[in-house]
Amino acid sequence: MDQILGTLNGVNFTMGEAVLELSYLVAALLFVIGLKFMSHPLTARKGNFYAAAGMLLAMITTLLLHKNENGTGIQMTNVMIILAAIGVGTVVGWIMARRVKMTAMPQMVSFYNATGGLASALVALLEFPNADMHNWGSVLVTLLGLVIGSIAFSGSMIAYGKLDGKVKDIRAGYMTYVNLFLLLITIVLAAYILITGQTPGEMEWAVYLLFGISLLYGVLFVMPIGGADMPVVISLLNSFTGIAAAMAGFIYGNEAMILGGILVGAAGTILTVLMCRAMNRSLLNVIIGAFGGSSAAAEGELGTMKEISLSDASVLLSYSKSVVIIPGYGLAVAQAQHICHELDELLSSKGVNVRYAIHPVAGRMPGHMNVLLAEADVPYEKLVEMTDINPDMPNTDVAVVIGANDVVNPAANDEPGSPIAGMPIIHAYEAKNIIVMKRGRGKGYAGIENKLFFGEKTRLLFGNAKDSLQKLVNEIKSL
Amino acid sequence: MEQALIYFYTYKDAIFIIALSIFLGIEVISNVPSVLHTPLMSGANAISGVIIIGGIILVGHADTTSLNAELIIGIFAIIFATLNVAGGFVVTDRMLEMFKKKKK
Repeated sequence: MDQILGTLNGVNFTMGEAVLELSYLVAALLFVIGLKFMSHPLTARKGNFYAAAGMLLAMITTLLLHKNENGTGIQMTNVMIILAAIGVGTVVGWIMARRVKMTAMPQMVSFYNATGGLASALVALLEFPNADMHNWGSVLVTLLGLVIGSIAFSGSMIAYGKLDGKVKDIRAGYMTYVNLFLLLITIVLAAYILITGQTPGEMEWAVYLLFGISLLYGVLFVMPIGGADMPVVISLLNSFTGIAAAMAGFIYGNEAMILGGILVGAAGTILTVLMCRAMNRSLLNVIIGAFGGSSAAAEGELGTMKEISLSDASVLLSYSKSVVIIPGYGLAVAQAQHICHELDELLSSKGVNVRYAIHPVAGRMPGHMNVLLAEADVPYEKLVEMTDINPDMPNTDVAVVIGANDVVNPAANDEPGSPIAGMPIIHAYEAKNIIVMKRGRGKGYAGIENKLFFGEKTRLLFGNAKDSLQKLVNEIKSL
Repeated sequence: MEQALIYFYTYKDAIFIIALSIFLGIEVISNVPSVLHTPLMSGANAISGVIIIGGIILVGHADTTSLNAELIIGIFAIIFATLNVAGGFVVTDRMLEMFKKKKK
């Protein structure tokens, strides 16, 4: 492998270097093909496998063939240390990934994103002393890697905490100004490091300060954003992590890292935009946070919520022709997807046409509801997308809303001042009857009242979604 | 201006890759059905763990004769990056496995 193959631009290169670069090309192609396959249901699993294979290949060849500028390879002691570190990371990551419940998937992804961002920030931090201060371009990519990686790390940790219920929202008007101020400091500090012309050693304090401020910015950036918007935030931070990795790739002149990172950066950005579009909101609106819930009408004007008994609900459902189940976050937290499928099968066996209406942002992430219902073996054909089910709603006998709120709130259509105005919703209010399963009388994530719950045709079944469904299934069985 | 041109010329290969990858990333996932948004996000997240290569290079050439800050921080960088990679791919596979199961 140390055999010199030829010269390029006056520099000799060995077989090992050529093979290493070739393996990076293969890895980069595997990333692209993997991502492409992952966007089609039939090939998705294979795509994930390809991307993982690309990563493994790049890791192995780097370990075996990488040489520093003096032409020294990675020594045995270093190889051992690296393998041990990889071993620890793999075992911990694997166990966590295997144990996590499907409902907790979004926070898991957020957590992994945080670790990736932190790794990028640490690599940039360690590479800074080697930066050539006269080459502002190389300093710039190092600083970008540090800042973006740190924001991705601390932001993702807060997103993780919020989804896990460990961190509460902090909403205050001045937060926007605090954040803008921090962002300004970050830019000024980075610019100072860039143009000062001092050695990296002299600039060490500034770099650590920049690291600290970026971490703080990540925290405060995510803090005011409502829990319901976390999917968008995670997707955005995911693209940040990709960009940070690409910046590190720039430092090392490593094409596989650049391509992989930018690929994720671009794909993540598009995914973020798609998610925002599903909620009919702009990214800026999500970040600044329009969800305040100030303009909601007073509760008194809405009338009262009417409860339904289990026996009435079971009779109503059993003798319907067409039932549409509208699942939401409440179903996910209660882990009621299996019992929900049982209800659906029970009703189907009685000749009822049961379908699921899936709002694009139902659950905790776009497509999260599909994953959960897939886990419970609900067939594909029964999952109908919002735009396809809405024309059928007036002919639906019963719409069963399970733990969903904002996605069926008619205020989105007819109250221009509402925080969710303009968001596409499932037209549950057009169904002949509506049964709403809810834990309590509380509001949805947008923090506003839902007129649907007070409607003439609406009946409520209070309680944890799983318990309510279980009781309902028992009741229908005993009919 | 001169500086920027020098910088561009020095790193032209990398800049070309960045420019083209942006379009590639957008194109590759533009037609994804919403069913796959969550797994795709998770899979892309695992790919962003490619920073592990940087970690390997860093620790690979670090001084191991003494227990220095560079070595320790570098080791943590590798551990975190591996968490991202291994956990990310395994979680994605678990999600996708469910889609497959019910198509029997």
